Amino acid sequence: MKNKSLVLYAFAYLAFLYVPVLVLPVFSFNNSQFIAFPLSGFTTRWYAGLSADSAMLHALGNSLKAGIVTALLSTLLGLLAAKAVTQYRLRGAGALLGFISLPLFIPDIVLGISLLLLLGATGFPLSLAAVVLGHMLVCVPFALTVLIARLEGFDRNLEEASADLGESALMTFWRVTFPLMLPGIAASLLLTFITSFDEFLVAYFLSGTEATLPIYIWGQLRFPERLPMVLALGTIILAISVALVVLAEHVRNLGVKKPMVGA
Amino acid sequence: MADGRKSGAGYLLLSPTLAVMALALAAPLALLFIYSLKSQTGIVFDGGWTLAQYGEVLGRTSYRALFARSLWISGLVTLATVALAYPMAYFVAFHARRKFLWLVALTIPFWTSYLLRVFAWKIILGYGGVINSGLIRLHLIDQPLGFLLYNPFAVVVTLAHAWAAFAILPIYVSLEKIDRSLLEAAGDLGDGALRRFLRVTLPLSMPGVIGAAILIFVPTTGDYVTPELVGGTRGTMIANLIEVQFNTAGNWPLGAALALVSMAMVAVIAGLFVAAARAATRAAR
Repeated sequence: MKNKSLVLYAFAYLAFLYVPVLVLPVFSFNNSQFIAFPLSGFTTRWYAGLSADSAMLHALGNSLKAGIVTALLSTLLGLLAAKAVTQYRLRGAGALLGFISLPLFIPDIVLGISLLLLLGATGFPLSLAAVVLGHMLVCVPFALTVLIARLEGFDRNLEEASADLGESALMTFWRVTFPLMLPGIAASLLLTFITSFDEFLVAYFLSGTEATLPIYIWGQLRFPERLPMVLALGTIILAISVALVVLAEHVRNLGVKKPMVGA
Repeated sequence: MADGRKSGAGYLLLSPTLAVMALALAAPLALLFIYSLKSQTGIVFDGGWTLAQYGEVLGRTSYRALFARSLWISGLVTLATVALAYPMAYFVAFHARRKFLWLVALTIPFWTSYLLRVFAWKIILGYGGVINSGLIRLHLIDQPLGFLLYNPFAVVVTLAHAWAAFAILPIYVSLEKIDRSLLEAAGDLGDGALRRFLRVTLPLSMPGVIGAAILIFVPTTGDYVTPELVGGTRGTMIANLIEVQFNTAGNWPLGAALALVSMAMVAVIAGLFVAAARAATRAAR
């Protein structure tokens, strides 16, 4: 029967998606420096080694810094732009949105090297700040997409009612607009943070001596004896990301079911 | 509603984002173009201007071969990713009882490091890797299989895995949007299941398929990590050559020209593809 084979296919495809990812946790607990079968017993020593690795911790700190700043700035810029195009009928809005979304259609390598040229031409040093600029380029289109979707269903009457009832523009924003948009903002912050945290190629060209976590991982991949530790790191990232995504989904659903939060 | 004053405020709201994008996108791309025209002696700019880099990029056989390989690898990746993801998205949209759970399950693998997801395939396909050590353990082979890694095949498999979410989600969304009564109507009017799929479901889901194909084709053509880790010399792609020009060979003008030509090629192919796919969809209806 057709239906049954489709179900079978769905589970086979799921396996295809999960098997490579499961390699990370399986071999991160394996008591051997070689990534091969048979498994040779359980250990947590790769995790212990990780916490003592100061270069890794420094790179982690850099990635957190770049990720947080990128997420805040991209979401702010996305919010302003999303508000502009959903609330005002602007001539040329389509073309301007297309321009802002352009980085989605340009390979990262081109974004990386062209920003490298910009830094060279302006004398701006290779640094975490440069990485943030590059990551904003990648993240603003994502933030914009998420926030426009949220704002399109936004009922302007609520803001007008608030103004009619005597709230100032600032208080209307703070007590009506902001709470209504909070789920969208949270989703955008999460998406842009994870994108920046995971981005390798642009940071590879722009970071100079301030390695981010993906750059640190890239450096480790050349040393076979460091691999189990890298897999342990990947397992931790996976676990935290999954927890964050589940949390974000939970928050988003709260927003959808109860659009009057914060009223 | 959109009087002059108000749309002025709209442009004002839009201006910070536009300013940042102009600084971080338009200016660098303009610089890229300028650099691609610079004349260089050894590794120093000599102040002159030249089209020599473009001549080299378009004329040199090895570069042309590399462009062709990058394009057919990412074309294959796009085809494989979309074809594999379509039945999955179809299943979730039309047959799954707990859709949301399926969508979460399908996206979880993408929430770990891209580098490590790609690297996992090197571990799986490698000479002493998971498949080979597993098969030897099971006594199915005596010698490790050498053809699994360091070739275009490994690049295609790895990328089809790495970009799967970008196919599943847009296709799912477009399938989910289809008005179910259209399917019933087609059935009532005597179309069989296959005919109904080909004449109603597939054409109506084409926006998702086209979107997915573009979202995958463009970035994978310029992917650096995957060919570097699992491609070997036979799987090298254009981004690897560009990286070498900037980081090792010190030939920035050539790197810039390579980047611009590959961007233009990808844009033209993507545009042609969208036009062709739209025409085909109209014809099918």
